[in-house]
Amino acid sequence: MALLEIENLVVEFQTATGPFRAVDGVSMKVHEKEVLAIVGESGSGKSVSMLAAMGLLPWTAKVTADKLTFNGRDLLGMSSAERKKIIGKDISMIFQEPVASLNPCFTVGFQIEEVLRIHLGLDKTARRKRAIELFEAVGIPDPAERLGHYPHQMSGGQCQRVMIAIAIACNPKLLIADEPTTALDVTIQKQILDLLMRLQAEHGMGLIMITHNMGVVAETADRVVVQYKGRKMEEADVLSLFESPKSNYTRALLAALPDNATGDRLPTISELFVDEPSLQGAAR
Amino acid sequence: MSQAAATSAVSTDPSRRARLAEFWYYFSENRGAVIGLVFFLFLVLLAIFAPIVAPHDPTAQYRDAVLIPPVWQEGGRAEFLLGTDAVGRDMLSRLIYGTQFSLFVGVIVTTLSLVGGIFIGVIAGYFRGWVDTVIMRVMDIILAFPSLLLALVLVAVLGPGLTNAMIAIALVFQPHFVRLTRAAVMSEKSRDYVIAAKVAGAGHGRLMFKTILPNCMAPLIVQATLSFSSAILDAAALGFLGMGAQPPTPEWGTMLAEAREFIQSKWWVVTLPGVAILVTVLAINLMGDGLRDALDPKLKRS
Amino acid sequence: MTVVLEARNLVRDYHIPGGLMKKAKTVHALKGVSFSVEKGKTLAIVGESGCGKSTLGRILTLIDPATSGDLLIDGNKIDITKGDLTPEMRRKVQIVFQNPYGSLNPRQKIGDILTEPLIINTKTPADERRERGMAMLKKVGLDEKHYNRYPHMFSGGQRQRIAIARALMLNPKLLVLDEPVSALDLSVQAQVLNLLADLQDEFQLTYVFISHDLSVVRYIADDVMVMYFGEAVEYGSRDEVFADPKHSYTKTLFAATPRADVASIKARLAKKQAA
Repeated sequence: MALLEIENLVVEFQTATGPFRAVDGVSMKVHEKEVLAIVGESGSGKSVSMLAAMGLLPWTAKVTADKLTFNGRDLLGMSSAERKKIIGKDISMIFQEPVASLNPCFTVGFQIEEVLRIHLGLDKTARRKRAIELFEAVGIPDPAERLGHYPHQMSGGQCQRVMIAIAIACNPKLLIADEPTTALDVTIQKQILDLLMRLQAEHGMGLIMITHNMGVVAETADRVVVQYKGRKMEEADVLSLFESPKSNYTRALLAALPDNATGDRLPTISELFVDEPSLQGAAR
Repeated sequence: MSQAAATSAVSTDPSRRARLAEFWYYFSENRGAVIGLVFFLFLVLLAIFAPIVAPHDPTAQYRDAVLIPPVWQEGGRAEFLLGTDAVGRDMLSRLIYGTQFSLFVGVIVTTLSLVGGIFIGVIAGYFRGWVDTVIMRVMDIILAFPSLLLALVLVAVLGPGLTNAMIAIALVFQPHFVRLTRAAVMSEKSRDYVIAAKVAGAGHGRLMFKTILPNCMAPLIVQATLSFSSAILDAAALGFLGMGAQPPTPEWGTMLAEAREFIQSKWWVVTLPGVAILVTVLAINLMGDGLRDALDPKLKRS
Repeated sequence: MTVVLEARNLVRDYHIPGGLMKKAKTVHALKGVSFSVEKGKTLAIVGESGCGKSTLGRILTLIDPATSGDLLIDGNKIDITKGDLTPEMRRKVQIVFQNPYGSLNPRQKIGDILTEPLIINTKTPADERRERGMAMLKKVGLDEKHYNRYPHMFSGGQRQRIAIARALMLNPKLLVLDEPVSALDLSVQAQVLNLLADLQDEFQLTYVFISHDLSVVRYIADDVMVMYFGEAVEYGSRDEVFADPKHSYTKTLFAATPRADVASIKARLAKKQAA
């Protein structure tokens, strides 16, 4: 059974210039123990569709879907109290800016223990023990001492590790990582990606990687969804996506990678891919 | 981008019009602000056309009609809609002419403190160092006084009168603008476009007033509206204390002061100028709120 | 070949004044960096955050002075603390920033942004300024109709083109590009890189290309310098550095860069199956 199932998701925002459709009929499934990458450039609606699924969008957004279920339970029809029990416990999320995602007023230990208290109801000593375990699991050296640190005392990579520790604190079934390494240096990115892949395998989580970086996709994903302007252009397993992309957009995206440059000039997406309405319809 | 390109194709000055449309969208979301704006425009028209609208000369004394109540009360007369005061002057006409003074005070005080405050604030925020320290300590001293008390002292030194009251109030309001400008300049100064202008060879004056300042205007405009209403209040307070406009000027604060002895018996002489002040200040503050919504990028959703 | 830019042992220290509780300290942001770039060539400076590459960029653009060491542009030694910075020198070096959303003045029209350097530095009459602004706008792939618009009406890639156009208005010899494509989408990145290559050919420009993205560097650079904690740990031609990295940090950096080719995906999947 699929862990997260989305069918024909549409998200519209009310803006000064009229309604704006950020996600337009996207469908996807995430299975247990699977790594799904959602790739797209800015404005492709890749983050918005996940935020919509978790009910985290502001009130100006209108979310509709034919089907939106997690583990067989309907997320759209659910009351917000019920949804709160699932989100943060069975589904958790990490974001692009690790330093901004942590509250600067509290120690990282307090923030992780709070999650443990709210969702698992552990007592004080058990919380502390579990927090130290989690910090060890995400590779933070000297965990007992680090619990007393504030976010500004740690580097970006360390903060992202803390965020991951908080995210896996309740053994979630699904982890959504929204550009988890974009703000980090290359060497740190490598460490964080390795950590995520290790945790995913150890805990048997489903993992959704939202990214714009084809390299990250190639290094992590089992299956890939390519989005463009709120629409799904292609869905394939990672090898066939890179070996023989079906959609013109994916092909153009891969050709624009400087790694694949053959001559003096990089082929640009506008040369290879024409944004035709008929083509977009066919890719749904 | 495609949207922006589409709108620009139809209009000649696309950006300004689009910006105005966007501004109006955010402004009109706030209903109080629109009501405030409408009332404020009404006041402006009233002030401009006071000689036409007012039924009587504001200083003309009708000896046969002293302390006549408004028309709907017993003893009211149709020619004096809102009654007359202790020396037989028509209240309505005095209130209408009073808008002239209030708006005049607001405009002059705000302009004086805005221009002075921006100039000092830009210099402090741009140069930092000891210049900044000296300027900000002086401003701190001004801010340490209760504002009305300081204005009173200044008027006492300069001599009572509307002009001196305006100068005093402008001086008291100045530090707020200095602080706001300085903070805005400091945050803009390190932005890339400023460095780019510097690399292009721009000098200090150009960087300060042509590159940085236009990008600091939004909070200043909001503060200016709010101090417009405070200026009217303070001018009225000085008038009430006998330090502002002198009788027989139909200034609302001064009118209040003249009517003090009738506070218990003849309600309309005291209440009407008070209501005029209240409603005007309220309208301008509501408008300021709307401006803040429309101009503050932090509150903007897009 | 003439050398346009030469740096000899550049050092930059930042002094952090002490307070009540802590001692004053000195941070060495640059610890003696030397290199030279020939006319029409591209030197890429690679490194991670905090390695001093942006500090170096600011020194090369004559925004900040170096604490010690010599900076030679077109063979002339420049020390901005001694007032060597004449308008002619200023015009030779221009910069393009990383964030296209912050580098254009939001209250200026594109035309004013482009012609401002001419107003400040030259006595070009207004109609000629306009003509040159228009020509430059077309050169970077934009249209005459964009001349009277404001920056917020453009996408990130278009803004970066405008920033490049502004930098070129004074006919500089050296362009410092501080992560010019890292804020852009992949498709736009390709267009901007192509534009930079075209402009380099046409005007014989010399580039100093600051970046953390090795795949972009491999594509655009002639020479590569890898920086690590204020030091240049590796410096050589592109092919040398990429084929045979000497320093352990360079090797780590190469190993950490994600690969988007079929062979490495196959290897990864095979490893996963085995585990």
